[in-house]
Order: sequence, then C-alpha cells, then structure tokens
Amino acid sequence: MKNLIALVLGTLFGLILVKAEVLSWFRIQEMFAFQSFHMYGIIGSAVGVGALSVFLIRRMKTKSIEGNVIELKDKAPRYTSAYLGGTAFGLGWAMTGACPGPMYALIGSGTTIMVLAVVAGVVGVLTYAALRDKLPH
Amino acid sequence: MNAIVEWISQPWPWYVAGPIIGLMVPLHLILLNRTFGISSSFRHVCAACIPNNLDFLKYDWKSESWNLVFAGGVLIGAFLATTFFSTDEPIALSEAAVARMGEMGIRDLLGQHPAELFSWSFIGNWRTLLLVLGGGFLVGFGTRYAGGCTSGHAIMGLSHFQLPSFVAVLGFFTGGLIMSWLVLPLILT
Repeated sequence: MKNLIALVLGTLFGLILVKAEVLSWFRIQEMFAFQSFHMYGIIGSAVGVGALSVFLIRRMKTKSIEGNVIELKDKAPRYTSAYLGGTAFGLGWAMTGACPGPMYALIGSGTTIMVLAVVAGVVGVLTYAALRDKLPH
Repeated sequence: MNAIVEWISQPWPWYVAGPIIGLMVPLHLILLNRTFGISSSFRHVCAACIPNNLDFLKYDWKSESWNLVFAGGVLIGAFLATTFFSTDEPIALSEAAVARMGEMGIRDLLGQHPAELFSWSFIGNWRTLLLVLGGGFLVGFGTRYAGGCTSGHAIMGLSHFQLPSFVAVLGFFTGGLIMSWLVLPLILT
C-alpha cells in the first residue's frame, strides 16, 4: 500500500517538475543570475503551502493514514555541516542544473545521460560515509 | 478533451506549479507518515548496492524503500509529461538569461537541458564529463553532509521553520552563485 501511494505521489511530482520547468539547466542558471522570478515564485509558493499545511496539521492534531497523530521531529542542530554540505550541493546543483528529484525526472524525460549523475551521486554518498568522522559537523 | 490536453501541455506558471509542489508536504505526512524528501534515495541505493562496512550505511534501508519507489514514480511522471503533455517550444527564458547563455557559448536553447553538454554524443567531451560526474558527485556528497536537498531542506525544512534548513539553503545559494558566476564561465568558454 505504502509503495503504491509513493508511486502515485512520485508520478505527480515528476509531472510537475517537467511542467514547472524546474528540472531545466537553463532555468537554474537563470535563477542563480537573478534574471527571472520563476524559480523563486515556485519555491516560495511551495514553502507557503507547505508551512500552512504543517501549521494546520499540528493545530488540528491530524492523524496519518497509519492512525498516529503526526509529529514532526526537529532537524539535528548541526549548522557547520548544513552550511558546508549545502555549499557542496549548491555547486553540484549549478553544474548539473538538477537536484536529486530533477535528476530522476530528466532520465524519464529523455536526458538519459543523467543516469551517470545519479551514479556519481551515489559515489558521493559513499565518500561522505567514509569521511564522516573526519568532517566538521 | 483536446482542449484540456492542449491546456495541460503548456508550461505551468509558478503560481500553479509551486503550490502543488507544496502539497507534497501534507500528502507525505498524511498518506505516507513520512516527511517529504528525495535525496535519501541516493543513500538507500548506496546502502543496498555497495558492499561496505561504514556505520552511516548500516541501517534498515528496506523500511525506507518507499522512497525508491517515489523516485521511480518521478521518472515515470516526467516521462508521461514529456511524451504526452508537452510542446516543442523552447523554455520561455527571460531576455537577460538568453543573452547570458550566448555569452557562455550555449547556442542551442531547445529542450530542458543544453543538448551540446548533456547528451551521450558528447560523452567524450571533458566539459560534459566534468559537469555530469563532478556535479552529480557534489550533489550526492552535499545532500548527505547537509542532511537534505531542495525538497527535504528548502521545502520540507523551511515549512516547519527549521534553522538548520535555513542555513543549508544559504549554503545552496553560496555554492550555486559561486558555480554559476565564477566557475561555469571558466568551464564553458
């Protein structure tokens, strides 16, 4: 059941990533050059809807489909790793023009060379896992 | 029916697409009992496929396998959107962005990604290899070091006012601005 729901939600997300053009290298460069409101409008309105949802879910003590009251855990308060890791991610985002969701979406929409970016991303995770104890967090 | 398909086939403006992306947050919480995010799928692939002895990759990835199914769905959804609900029109970039592409030597503005960089026929080009492999590596490494990507930090994390997510987003833009303004022009020209 969970997998079926995940498949439907994923399909919807993939569809929107294409329709909103957020998987486009052109759009990402345009965003980092502050040459269009498009990407900022999308991220901003998504966060607006997300924040309102979280507020309502907490206020109404909404239950999940599994029957428990939904509780949101706080992210671990590690700021050095958030910033340094975020910076590494940002460099890669501007190079590939894609964050992880759009990488999968690009493979589906025909830019199949992005398979290599996913493989390289998995190697990146492995590298992090190996260096984790030596990196500042 | 044709009118509906034609309407859907146009690119969607930000104020339609953005709120639907935002709905991923409550849909995940309510229907999956999980927070929204997709970069963990890289970690699950890593834990599942690469034999290793690293603590960070010793966890029950099978209990999070829904995230891999979600990633598969993204691929399918994008395929459907591109195959059945798209036009051949180039992306309506701002004039300033079009001019900047020209300055960076990118001539072909058709499609979602520049075909002269991101296609198999240019696999022998060092620029293509650097952008795809180097960029992919940094995305994978960076998301795990930071603990999330645009979905998990920027949308999910900011939606419940997490300070680490705000710091991570500052990092996203630090890296993105450095790459887009300082490094990419060197790579491309």
